[in-house]
Amino acid sequence: MKITVEILRYNPETGADPAFQSYTVDAQPANRVLDILMDIKRNQDGSLGFRKSCAHGVCGSDAMIINGKEGLACKTLVKDALPEGETTIKVEPLKHFPLQKDLMVDPDVFFEKYRSVSPFFIPAEAPPKSKEYIQSRDQRKKFDDPTKCILCSACYSACPVLDTESGFIGPAASAQAARFNKDSRDKGLAPRLAVLDGENGVWGCENHFECTRVCPREIKITKLINETKREIKQFKEEKGIE
Amino acid sequence: MQVHEYDAIITGSGGAGLYAALEASKSAKTAVLSKLYPMRSHTGAAQGGIGAALGNLEEDRTEWHAFDTIKGGDYLTDQTAAFILAEEAVQAVYDLENRGLPFSRTEDGRIAQRRFGGHTRNFGEAAVHRSCYAADRTGHMILQTLYQQCIKNNVHFFDEFQAVQLIMNGTHCAGVIAVELATGELHTFRSKAVMFATGGFGRMFKITSNAHANTGDGPALALRAGIPLEDMEFFQFHPTGIMGMGILITEGVRGEGGILRNRDGERFMETYAPTLLDLAPRDMVARAIMTEIQQGRGIRGDRRIDDYVLLDATHLGKEVIEAKLPDIADFCRTYLDIDPSEKPIPVQPTAHYGMGGIPTDVHGRVTTGEQIYEGLYAAGECACVSVHGANRLGTNSLVDLVVFGRRAGIHIAEFIQGAEISPLPDGYSREIEQRIGEIRSTAGGENLGELYEEMQSAMMAGVGIYRNEKGMREALETIKELRERYKKVRLSDEGSAFNSELLEIIELGNLLDLSLVTAAAALNRQESRGAHSREDYPDRDDPNWLKHTLIALKNDDVFLAYKDVDITEFKPKPRVY
Repeated sequence: MKITVEILRYNPETGADPAFQSYTVDAQPANRVLDILMDIKRNQDGSLGFRKSCAHGVCGSDAMIINGKEGLACKTLVKDALPEGETTIKVEPLKHFPLQKDLMVDPDVFFEKYRSVSPFFIPAEAPPKSKEYIQSRDQRKKFDDPTKCILCSACYSACPVLDTESGFIGPAASAQAARFNKDSRDKGLAPRLAVLDGENGVWGCENHFECTRVCPREIKITKLINETKREIKQFKEEKGIE
Repeated sequence: MQVHEYDAIITGSGGAGLYAALEASKSAKTAVLSKLYPMRSHTGAAQGGIGAALGNLEEDRTEWHAFDTIKGGDYLTDQTAAFILAEEAVQAVYDLENRGLPFSRTEDGRIAQRRFGGHTRNFGEAAVHRSCYAADRTGHMILQTLYQQCIKNNVHFFDEFQAVQLIMNGTHCAGVIAVELATGELHTFRSKAVMFATGGFGRMFKITSNAHANTGDGPALALRAGIPLEDMEFFQFHPTGIMGMGILITEGVRGEGGILRNRDGERFMETYAPTLLDLAPRDMVARAIMTEIQQGRGIRGDRRIDDYVLLDATHLGKEVIEAKLPDIADFCRTYLDIDPSEKPIPVQPTAHYGMGGIPTDVHGRVTTGEQIYEGLYAAGECACVSVHGANRLGTNSLVDLVVFGRRAGIHIAEFIQGAEISPLPDGYSREIEQRIGEIRSTAGGENLGELYEEMQSAMMAGVGIYRNEKGMREALETIKELRERYKKVRLSDEGSAFNSELLEIIELGNLLDLSLVTAAAALNRQESRGAHSREDYPDRDDPNWLKHTLIALKNDDVFLAYKDVDITEFKPKPRVY
C-alpha cells in the first residue's frame, strides 16, 4: 500500500526553522517504521538524518515521536502506527533535547543526568574470593524491571515535568538509580541520596505516568520513582535526617 | 586536521572494547572511539548466555568446555587459545557478577546456568548446564555492567567517531583516523597502541541477526593497510532467526526444551544429531533446516531457500517463557503477532557471526604468526584468535570478548610502558582524504540502496549455508562488478554536519571488500568444515585443509597464504553428535 510519511526536518547548516517534508512510499503493514525511513534515505533522499543500529528494539538508537507518541522506530510497525483508515505517519524528533539534524537530537544532557545518579554497582561488602555473591531469586526479582532499560530516552521526551523543569533528572536516571538501590548486593540508597533527594531529584515527578506509557521496554518507571520516594522518606526517618 | 595523542585508542565500545578500556585505562591514557553512542553496540543483543564451567547445577570441567569448543570448531580451533578461553571464562563470569551483573539465580542463590548447543559433559556424553544467563538479555547486562564500570572509572569516550583509516608506519601502528559525525571532520588519533573491537560484518548478507552498524570497519581497515585476514570463509548462520526478518531467536529456547519441527510435525533433528538433537552445534542445525527445506519438508514445502520451519516452545508453558525468555516472547508479539507459549515460532537460518577476522595471538596482538604488527590489537568478533575455528559454539562469543578483551587491555597496559608513539608517515592521511573527496565529488548515478541490496542478495545466494563452485564464482563476479559500480555511488547529502549518508557509503565499501575476501576464501577452500559446507566437496579433508587461511587484498586481487592449526590436546576426529 502507498503511505505518506511526514517528517519534521531540520538542517543545522541553514539554521532555518524545522518544517515537515512529505514522502510517499510503498509499505507493508508489518514493516517497521525504521524500514520505511531507511527506504526513504536509501532510495529517495540521502540527506535524511536519523540514528539506528540493532533494528529490533534492544539498542535504543532510534527513539522518536511517531504519530504523537514516543517509541522506537524499529519496534513500531506501520500497522500499529497508523490509526484506522489513515495513510499518513507523522515522525518527529524527541522533545527536551537540542536538535542536531532532522530526527537526531543531542543526547548529552540525558547521559549527564544518567551519570549523575552513580549508575554503577557500589558493593555493600567485598566480593567472595573466586565466587559469586549469593542472591536469592526473590532478591533478584526486586530489581529486574529497571535492568531492562536501554537508555533510549523515550521517557525523557514524554515527561511533562521537563516541559517546565529542565533540571529534573527525569525518568530514566531515576529508574537506573532504583536498579541499584534495590539490589541486595549494593550499598543502596545512601550513596545516591544527595542527587535523588536533591532539588532536581525524584521529587520533581508529578505522577503523569507518561514515561510508563511510552517505555518500549514496558518498565513501570513511575512506580519505581514512587517507591524511591518512599525509600528516601523511610531512610531519612531511620537516620533522623530532616 | 585535529590531532589527538593517547597511549591507547580502543575502537569500538562493545564488550571487548569496554573490557580492554577498563584494563588499559588503569595505567595508560586511554580513549574509546565509537561510531555509536554508549550501550548501542551489538553485544547488547546477545541473548542466551555466557559459557563457563561453574558447575552450579551439575558437574562441569573447563577441559570439557575446551574440548567442546575445539570439536564445535571442527578442529580448526587453536587449542592453546581454547583452553585459555575455557579456563579464564570461570573467573571472568565471577568478575562480571562481582561488578554487579544481574545474573538469573539458581534456587540456592548462585548464578543460573542452562544448556546450550554443543556444550556437553564428559566429552560429548550429553548436554550440560554451562551457559550463565540473565534471562534472555545476557549481552545487554554485560554491556550495561561494563559501561557502568567505565563511568565509575572515568574512561574517556569519543562518541560517534567512526574509524576510517588505520595509520601504519611500516609494521608499527601509529594511530587511526576517524570521522566525527557531528562535523564531518577528520581527526587523527596518534597513539602507542590501537585496538580494534569493531564487532561483526553480518550486514554483507540479506537475512541477518546483525545490527546495521555491523559493517566490519576494523577488518576492512586492516585489510586496506595490507594486513591479511584469517579464516574469512567461515561465517555462521544461526539456525533460528525470525522468518523474513533475521531477528535472533536465542538457542536458549532450545536450551530450555524448545523443539524444531518440519511441516509433518517431525522432530527432524533426531535424524541429524541423535544424541544432542536440537542442541547440536549451529552449523549442523542450520544445515539440517536447509536440508529439510530443500527436500520439501519446510512449512510451505516449495523448496525455496526462503522457506522456514517451526520452533515449538508451546510445551514450556507461559510461566517459564515469561521468566526465562521474556524478550523472545516480546519479539514474537511485536514482529509476528504470536504468543510463543501458544503458537510455534516460524524460523529460518540467519547470518549471525564471522568466525574469521583480524589474526591475533592470545594477547590480542595482531600477527599472522610470522609478521607481528607492533602496537596493533584486536579482540571480539572482528578478531580471529582463533578460538572458534570453523564454527563457534553458542555463548562463546561473550566468553571470547570478555576473556580476550581483558587480555588485550592488560597487554596494552604493559606494552605502552616501554613504547613511543610512532611518527606519522608523510602524507599519511592522503588516502582517506582522497577517497572522501571522490565520494563527495562523484556525480555518478549509482544508488547506495541498490548496491547494498545486490551485495546482500549475492552473498546470501552464493556464499550462504550450502555452497558450490558455480554459486561462489557467481557471487565473486557480482561483488567485483559492485566494487566497480561503487566508485560511482551517489552522495546526495552535500552537508558536513551529521552526514550519515557519507558514513554509510564508507561502510558499504568496507562490506564490499570483506564480501570479496569472504567469497574468494570460500571458493579456495575445497572441503567442508564447520560452517563452510560445500556440495561439491562434502567431506572434511584434514590432509590438505587442516590449516587456517590468510587472505590479503591489493586493489582487486586477493593473495592467499596459510597458517598451521595449533593442536596440543585433541587430535581431529570425525564430528558426530
